[in-house]
Amino acid sequence: MKEEFTITVYTENQVGLLNRIAIIFSRRKINIESLNVSPSEAEGIHRFTIVINEIEEVVRKLCRQIEKQVEVLKAYYNTADEIVWLELALYKVPTDVIAEKVKVERLLHQNGAKAVVIRKDYTIFETTGHREETDGLVKALEPYGLIEFVRSARVAIIKASKGFHEKLKEFEETQPGEEVSENEFLNQKESVFTM
Amino acid sequence: MEILEKNEAKLNAATIKNISGSQAVLEACIAENIKTIFGYPGGAIMPIYDALYDYKEQLNHILVRHEQCAIHAAQGFARSSGKVGVVFATSGPGATNLVTGLADAMIDSTPVVCITGQVFAHLLGTDAFQEIDVINITTPVTKWNYQITDATEIPHILAKAFFIAKTGRPGPVLIDITKNAQIQKIDFEGYIKCEHIRSYRPKPIIRNEFIVEAAKLINEAKKPFVIFGQGVILGKAEKEFKTFIEKAGLPAAWTVLGLSALPTDHPQNVGMLGMHGNYGPNVLTNECDVLIAIGMRFDDRVTGRLDKYAKQAKLIHLDIDPAEIDKNVKATVPVWGDCKETLPMLTKLIEEKKHTDWLNKFSEFSQKEFEIVINEELNPHTEMMTMGEVIQSLNELTHGDAIIVTDVGQHQMVACRYAKFNQSKSNVTSGGLGTMGFGLPAAIGAKYGAPERTVVSIIGDGGFQMTLQELGTIMQNNINVKILILNNRFLGMVRQWQDLFNDKRYSFVDIESPDFVQLAKAYHIEGQSVSDRKDLKEALSQMLTHEGAYLLEVMVGKENNVFPMVPQGCSVSEIRLQ
Repeated sequence: MKEEFTITVYTENQVGLLNRIAIIFSRRKINIESLNVSPSEAEGIHRFTIVINEIEEVVRKLCRQIEKQVEVLKAYYNTADEIVWLELALYKVPTDVIAEKVKVERLLHQNGAKAVVIRKDYTIFETTGHREETDGLVKALEPYGLIEFVRSARVAIIKASKGFHEKLKEFEETQPGEEVSENEFLNQKESVFTM
Repeated sequence: MEILEKNEAKLNAATIKNISGSQAVLEACIAENIKTIFGYPGGAIMPIYDALYDYKEQLNHILVRHEQCAIHAAQGFARSSGKVGVVFATSGPGATNLVTGLADAMIDSTPVVCITGQVFAHLLGTDAFQEIDVINITTPVTKWNYQITDATEIPHILAKAFFIAKTGRPGPVLIDITKNAQIQKIDFEGYIKCEHIRSYRPKPIIRNEFIVEAAKLINEAKKPFVIFGQGVILGKAEKEFKTFIEKAGLPAAWTVLGLSALPTDHPQNVGMLGMHGNYGPNVLTNECDVLIAIGMRFDDRVTGRLDKYAKQAKLIHLDIDPAEIDKNVKATVPVWGDCKETLPMLTKLIEEKKHTDWLNKFSEFSQKEFEIVINEELNPHTEMMTMGEVIQSLNELTHGDAIIVTDVGQHQMVACRYAKFNQSKSNVTSGGLGTMGFGLPAAIGAKYGAPERTVVSIIGDGGFQMTLQELGTIMQNNINVKILILNNRFLGMVRQWQDLFNDKRYSFVDIESPDFVQLAKAYHIEGQSVSDRKDLKEALSQMLTHEGAYLLEVMVGKENNVFPMVPQGCSVSEIRLQ
């Protein structure tokens, strides 16, 4: 069964690496739902957050292929319940509609939207949240002349992660510790060996 | 004080040289112990070629006739020597011509470093003359690539390039250097080899518990079966491998790229796997109880139909590349690591055994295959010669000591099936990509990689015509390669498929050839063509004893098919003998 997975990749900051990672998906004709690149908690290390819909086995193989790239340090994949995630959305609405129709203002208020810019001709609101919420607000605003809408890629924090500082130190060692070459089979020894 | 400063300046001047980026490239090659470079000059790489003029004594540059052949030659060099092959090419078409070779080296894990020239950095993205986005074109077909726009990067980037190409699972690396960086002067403090990159782990850590588990499975096995690939050769673990299979009496079969890692006449060598492999290894893959895969990646040509592949067996998979574990076939016990290290660990824990009955089973299948397929191939009743009998006669003369370089097609499968090998790194062929035209240039490289050995390039009439311009390279450099063309006047493998699966609708496989002997003569290469069986041995012997390059064309049966065959989409146990 295909489900939504969020892949987190820690990498060097290198020109061309985005392409190297992106083609791992396009080669297999897998659509990337959302992709975000940003600095991470560790200095000089970048963090990709990629969302795709796939079965777990495929996602695991994809992560291995990603990790195989020379400039990638580590790739993790998680289901929605293992992460905390948000997306940012911006909405441009005619200001006169807001002023005239109290309904619209209430609607925005209920959705936790904040005004970022208020001009005579238009107002820009911002919300952060999950996909359904931002989508919901778009639907609600459409009848009132929504001028523009844009949503950012997902950013996610892995609930169980202890961050990358300690791992990075190990990567820098010439003789790496076990952290670096984690062997996922080890944690499921029984099921692996009793096949 | 003044004197002291002067002395210090003198000292620095002695250790720091002011050289151009181009010189830094060549210094890097020398420091990496590179002696041979295959290449082709052009506008954007001219500064490097200008610098090369002064390095003629240390670096032997072989001018090929097409960039694709430069990289195939570098591959051949790497495969016969176990070292890194180096290629120089210019920007634009020079670089795009490398793509096929890069893809071939990528899929066959061959260590190659390609240096391409590029337009001046300020012209990048302007559609300048011979400008092409090489980095993005080659990203899917390189292990790593990088564009240098500043010469100060050259020493450490090249160090990284060589380190990445040859360590872990080897592969091709491309470094694109803009012309300004080639010209730019830098203070060169000497070349420091790269030994560590924090984001790159060439070798996974070996987990002893998995070795223990694997040994347990092998010790309990009644019908264990080893299948091995090029990993044994790339890991330089031929000895460790032999000790391992000998101790536990394990029958071992090879993939096309694993061929020659174990001598062909070793009593436990049971033959070849895959689509045109031997009968026993294919059928018994689906009967063994423990399958031990070493340095191989379960290509679809080896596994046949995947959901009917070795379902009854427990699988131990030894591989250096973690991404290979579970990629196609699920492993019961994954043994990540370099087999040079993991095999001795395993050998220590396994019990000495013979498995005589099980080995005999392979002999039974082998006997049946001999009766139905091999006997007729090697001792045919037809008037026309078969490819198999040519290879057999060649074996009798080389005694299995030659390096055999093959192209792609029927002759390749026949050569792999019947050629004898005594030592490793002797079979050079395009396995994963199946690149026609690979044979001739790869043979050139293989000869430079192992100059003391006889190199025989077995090529079909189709593949030869893809890169025959390299006869020019052979002529100019007096390269002693033996070219053996097996001519069936067809694109034989495609014809075979059309014969078996498309009702003999021979669609565009009828290929005409020039007079190959005359052609060779134009390049001052001796040669002859034989179509009569009685002339074969003499001609082969003449080819081998001739001083220098020689072209021998052997006319073989037009519509011979290669058997056995696992038809596409079938299980390995559904292998056809006729």
